[in-house]
Amino acid sequence: MKRWLAIPIGLLMMSAVTLGSPGWAAASHEIVLGLQCDRTGATQTVGVHLCPGYHDYVRLVNAKGGVDGHKIRAVEIDHEYKVPQGVEAYERHKKEGAVVISLYGTPHTYALTQKLTEDHIPGTSPGFGRADATDGTRYPYVFPLAASYWSQAGAAVDFARKQMGGLKGKKIAFLFFDNPAGREPIPVLEDLAAREGFQLRTFAVPPPGVEMGAQVLDIAQRYRADFVIAHLFGRSPSVSIKELKRVGYPLRKVVSFVWGSAEADIEAAGGFGVAEGYHTMQYAGVGTDFPVLTEIREMYRKEGKEPSKEMASTVYYNRGVMWAAVAVEAVRNALKAKPDGKVTGADVKAGFEKIKGFTLGGLLPPLEITPNDHEGGGWVQIWQVKGGKFARVTDWYKAYQDVVAKHIKEAGAKK
Amino acid sequence: MIHRECGVLKTTYEADMALYPLPIARWAVGVVAALFFVVLPFSVHEYYLSIVNLVSIAVVGALGLNILVGYTGQISIGHGAFMSVGAYTAANFATRLDLPFWLSLPLGGLMAALVGTVVGIPSLRIKGLYLAIATLAGQLIIEWTINHVTWISGGVQASIEVPRPRLGGFEIASQREMYFFLLVFVVIAITGTLNLMRSRVGRAFVAIRDHDIAAELIGINIFRYKLTAFAISSFYAGVTGVLYTYYLGIANYEQFQIVTSIDYLAMIIIGGLGSVLGSIFGAIFVTLLPILIRYAMEAFGSLVLSPQAVLNTIPNLRLILFGALIVFFLVVEPEGLNRLWRNIRNYFRVWPFAY
Repeated sequence: MKRWLAIPIGLLMMSAVTLGSPGWAAASHEIVLGLQCDRTGATQTVGVHLCPGYHDYVRLVNAKGGVDGHKIRAVEIDHEYKVPQGVEAYERHKKEGAVVISLYGTPHTYALTQKLTEDHIPGTSPGFGRADATDGTRYPYVFPLAASYWSQAGAAVDFARKQMGGLKGKKIAFLFFDNPAGREPIPVLEDLAAREGFQLRTFAVPPPGVEMGAQVLDIAQRYRADFVIAHLFGRSPSVSIKELKRVGYPLRKVVSFVWGSAEADIEAAGGFGVAEGYHTMQYAGVGTDFPVLTEIREMYRKEGKEPSKEMASTVYYNRGVMWAAVAVEAVRNALKAKPDGKVTGADVKAGFEKIKGFTLGGLLPPLEITPNDHEGGGWVQIWQVKGGKFARVTDWYKAYQDVVAKHIKEAGAKK
Repeated sequence: MIHRECGVLKTTYEADMALYPLPIARWAVGVVAALFFVVLPFSVHEYYLSIVNLVSIAVVGALGLNILVGYTGQISIGHGAFMSVGAYTAANFATRLDLPFWLSLPLGGLMAALVGTVVGIPSLRIKGLYLAIATLAGQLIIEWTINHVTWISGGVQASIEVPRPRLGGFEIASQREMYFFLLVFVVIAITGTLNLMRSRVGRAFVAIRDHDIAAELIGINIFRYKLTAFAISSFYAGVTGVLYTYYLGIANYEQFQIVTSIDYLAMIIIGGLGSVLGSIFGAIFVTLLPILIRYAMEAFGSLVLSPQAVLNTIPNLRLILFGALIVFFLVVEPEGLNRLWRNIRNYFRVWPFAY
């Protein structure tokens, strides 16, 4: 009978060890950044490449002596893309004294918005939902940092206009993942359709998004769209490329939002040869020719190691670097006001709002974050699959910001 | 142990039917109550309270599912959807009519009970796996409805922000205040379930679970009690959804997808079907184990691996370990943690004179 006892006693001891240990005793001038991540779970293909980028940038900053002499510690917690675990991760970050937390996931961003504001900890959600959080007066502690889905919608329509040389009477199809994050851009697209005089039809892809033969056939042969704007996640972008290719729709007339834009999506669709012509939208630079990436590779060499293999997935890896870089820059600004290193979340929030002209050698868009605009302008770049790799088509640009602003104002007025 | 019934004589039916027939059991309950109401909330860091809060919410949901699956023998894979019904009902009442939580919470539960009863109608004709698929359909339909009917979901983003619950002029915001708020509902849910199972309704549920034809023969109205079981279970689920909503400050249907339903099924199977304590054990196990495994991995993983490798391994190893532990517990004791606990108690009851 004694073996029954072993288990509960073991569990008790385990909890005693964890509860009793002082954890990571915070040194006086160490600055903690929280990173929520998803290396297992619904969107893990993103997490396994993005989060190493975050850590590598933090290591690089520390290797150079930290921020004004203060070391940075990034605490990563994997939440399996589940909201309760994300909430737990948030509380843990709070306990560790994180002064800024990088959120991961649209439902998580929604769930934590209220807590961030109450606890005065800035949370960043680059590329995840909550377009209305651009309004910093209404959501003072949420920082989308990258182009929201609303800004992306504006940029996509503008890109379509340039590609087709005008929008009047044209037919645009919006192929989207049927969940709140997927539907977020629709109101902006509808507004633009009315204003620019193009026809818009939406094609919903139900989760999990691996079956869209009917929608694609509709787009290509019945509706005969002149342009396709795709907003898909996870496995579905690669399926969309494959299916559009199969029905003979020219991929150069497709532009994908930011979560269907990575090397992994192209490879899953059959490789760069298959996806030739496909346009992708990016909120961070793509490729390996950025000074900061050279420095990271240099750092690895100095340690006598090969650069990590995650660096090959440049779209996600570079975004990870961007997440970290903007957070570190905010901390740097906060430290300017408080050089003793005792910065709080409120200081870092103010630090975010001072970010301007920080581009990390072109990896970041020319963000300008102000107390009113937490999105930093809504910049994107369009890249295209060309000759076996991503080639840049446009420089950083934004479009239809007046329409986006109108929606933000409406959302704010709603309560 | 001192927990023995020697010398306790019952002379009335009331004494025989008492929840805690032994004085020691009553004292134990008192001590546990004191621990949770007085000692725990003021002795630990808010972070640990936040974990306890997640467990508390899960306890209410697991109890509800256990009433249906464990006590009545009906299976449901729609528990998560009923939670979302409760969440959105309460959120709509709270934002459109400015109702306080003590009105919107029962309303959310009642709406979930109503929907649950409708989803439970197939249980009158089909059983077992077939019913599981029927409730799965319920889950998908409810998910789809909330996702697409903006009148319910409050816009394309399908999420409604709710204000913090208020009691009089007092706003319940911090983890500690939330802890007391949730604890009240946990206590109500536990005592409610315990008493339900001692009542005529509860006995009818158990009779239906054990043999529905025999139950019908002894005059139990199967039709009524099966739907009652669905209604009560969904009521609990709805309240769970409302508690999540108030805890997070937002109703968002993406937290109540099918994975949630499966998680809750896992809780009651691991904890022990048909027992109140089992639901609590299950909720604790499923919520706490991933966290404990992560702490252990962080403490010991860095001894053998580089930090980056640890980060890559923790989540995967955690999933493997979590799965392995579930299998282990079910192999060791298929009737769940509650049975394991009873075995330990029985062992000590006769200790040191084991036979």
